Amino acid sequence: MGALFSFVMVILLVLLAYAGIKAANLQIFFGVVIPYAAILTFLLGFVYRMLKWSTSPVPFRIPTTCGQQKSLPWVKQNKIENPSTALGATVRMILEVFLFRSLFRNTKAELRDGRLGYGSSKWLWLGSLAFHVSFFTISFRHLRLFLQPVPSPVHFVETLDGFLQIGAPTFLITGSILLLAALFLLLRRFLLPTIRYISLPADYFPLFLIIAIASTGILMRYFLKIDVVSVKELTMGLVSLNPMIPEKIDVIFYIHLFLISVLLAYFPFSKLMHMGGVFLSPTRNLSNNNRMVRHINPWNYPVKARTYEEYEDEFREKMKNAGIPVEKE
Amino acid sequence: MYNGWKILLGLIIFLAVATFPFYSNIGKATVKPEPKIDTPVINELKEKKCVESKEFMKAEHMQLLNDWRDSAVRDGNRIYVAQDGEKYTISLQNTCMKCHSNKKEFCDKCHNYAGAKPYCWDCHIAPKEAKK
Ligand code: HEC
Ligand code: HEC
Ligand code: HEC
Repeated sequence: MGALFSFVMVILLVLLAYAGIKAANLQIFFGVVIPYAAILTFLLGFVYRMLKWSTSPVPFRIPTTCGQQKSLPWVKQNKIENPSTALGATVRMILEVFLFRSLFRNTKAELRDGRLGYGSSKWLWLGSLAFHVSFFTISFRHLRLFLQPVPSPVHFVETLDGFLQIGAPTFLITGSILLLAALFLLLRRFLLPTIRYISLPADYFPLFLIIAIASTGILMRYFLKIDVVSVKELTMGLVSLNPMIPEKIDVIFYIHLFLISVLLAYFPFSKLMHMGGVFLSPTRNLSNNNRMVRHINPWNYPVKARTYEEYEDEFREKMKNAGIPVEKE
Repeated sequence: MYNGWKILLGLIIFLAVATFPFYSNIGKATVKPEPKIDTPVINELKEKKCVESKEFMKAEHMQLLNDWRDSAVRDGNRIYVAQDGEKYTISLQNTCMKCHSNKKEFCDKCHNYAGAKPYCWDCHIAPKEAKK
């Protein structure tokens, strides 16, 4: 159900952009208004979500550790999997963000001959790493449409991406890897019963959306051959805040642009916020120094205390009269 | 706010990266490339037309070159018959670049703008041009 709903939503978005351009000639709306609104929503929403998270106190250290804790001097500590210093936690975060270390530990439980066994399962790690690296490379390559002159690192990445030198326009590897990896992540949700059970529309929708974005991109570059020079005129108009609509850009470009705008606007409200959230995960970014450093609960209020001296000062006369011994005369 | 300066620093870096195309371009007027076709060979043409129609060339010239290359190198067929029946010798250097002998003012104008860097000129020889 969730999958069908998300699929229909994405199809509707495609049709919306198609009809908007073909039937209503809303080029300015789809080419200028929507992209600006989407970028603004993305930036403000992203900052808002992060600031909101930053108001959550982290009173106690809760890293999930998977190695020997710092202990007696002759016990070897696992400095990355059980960091006791900020440096160790930083290295752990870098490995997490760039290499998805916790996915690398993914295991699969299986009943074999009636006995439960656990085995390493790397496919999810490989699929998501391929997905994210391609997504990043593709975004970086798109800078050629937003900078003039095109800086050499962008050319360098594009040359690297096209090093197979197949055909013209040169076949770029990451485009198809992104599509294949997204399809893999989708099939995983379809085929594994346990994963299917916990999958919601919020899981399917971004996948279908990204699959649609990658497909329209591939269509534009290799099959329908849109006019890149006009497209760059439009994109440069957007980033230099001089928006303009060149004539004769094929509708497929507006569909692509609209889907990306939807992705950007949807981003801060969705699970995609893990892009910023990963940096704030307390199970990853804290060092395990619960017993080495005193962590004070930030919502502790100052407790009103009264010492015996103060008590005695107040009641000294009465105590003396009643014959109770006092410490100070 | 807890760990405020770390989160703010991260957010500032994020915003600086995400809005880089905006502040590095703001106010800059973009000039659309105008590929020039006034070369000696083209000026002598009675009818100023390319191998195929201008619209087709604009969008499909890379595909056409690719087909030309396959046709010449793989099938040994070095004659191309255009839509309008005209025959052309299949050659990057001797056909395209004969007419478009101003590579810097023509091909490169668009390619620099669109960020395309055809690697063809690693091997094929670009026409000699007076350096400007
Ligand atoms: C109207 C502008 C324009 C002109 C003029 C032009 N090109 Fe291009 N060319 C492009 C664009 C835009 C691309 C990139 C398409 C893309 O990236 O999808 C391109 C791509 C190419 C590619 C494929 C490059 C790659 O690595 O993907 C080749 C080869 C090519 N052009 C050859 C030529 C030659 C040779 C000439 C001159 C005779 C020429 N072009 C003139 C706009 C132009
Ligand atoms: C007979 C001379 C001639 C040959 C050969 C030729 N061209 Fe052209 N080309 C022209 C002319 C003339 C124009 C301008 C057409 C017009 O304005 O209608 C042109 C236009 C173009 C354009 C579109 C430029 C624009 O402003 O949008 C491209 C791209 C192009 N040629 C690439 C090529 C490529 C690639 C080849 C080799 C496959 C080639 N040409 C071969 C004469 C030629
Ligand atoms: C590794 C060197 C090399 C590169 C890079 C290269 N070519 Fe070639 N190309 C050749 C050779 C060698 C021939 C064969 C020449 C012949 O048989 O006449 C050839 C032939 C061709 C031909 C047909 C014959 C002729 O005279 O033009 C075309 C068209 C062509 N190449 C287009 C391209 C295009 C477009 C690119 C860039 C996308 C490119 N080539 C990149 C080496 C190269």
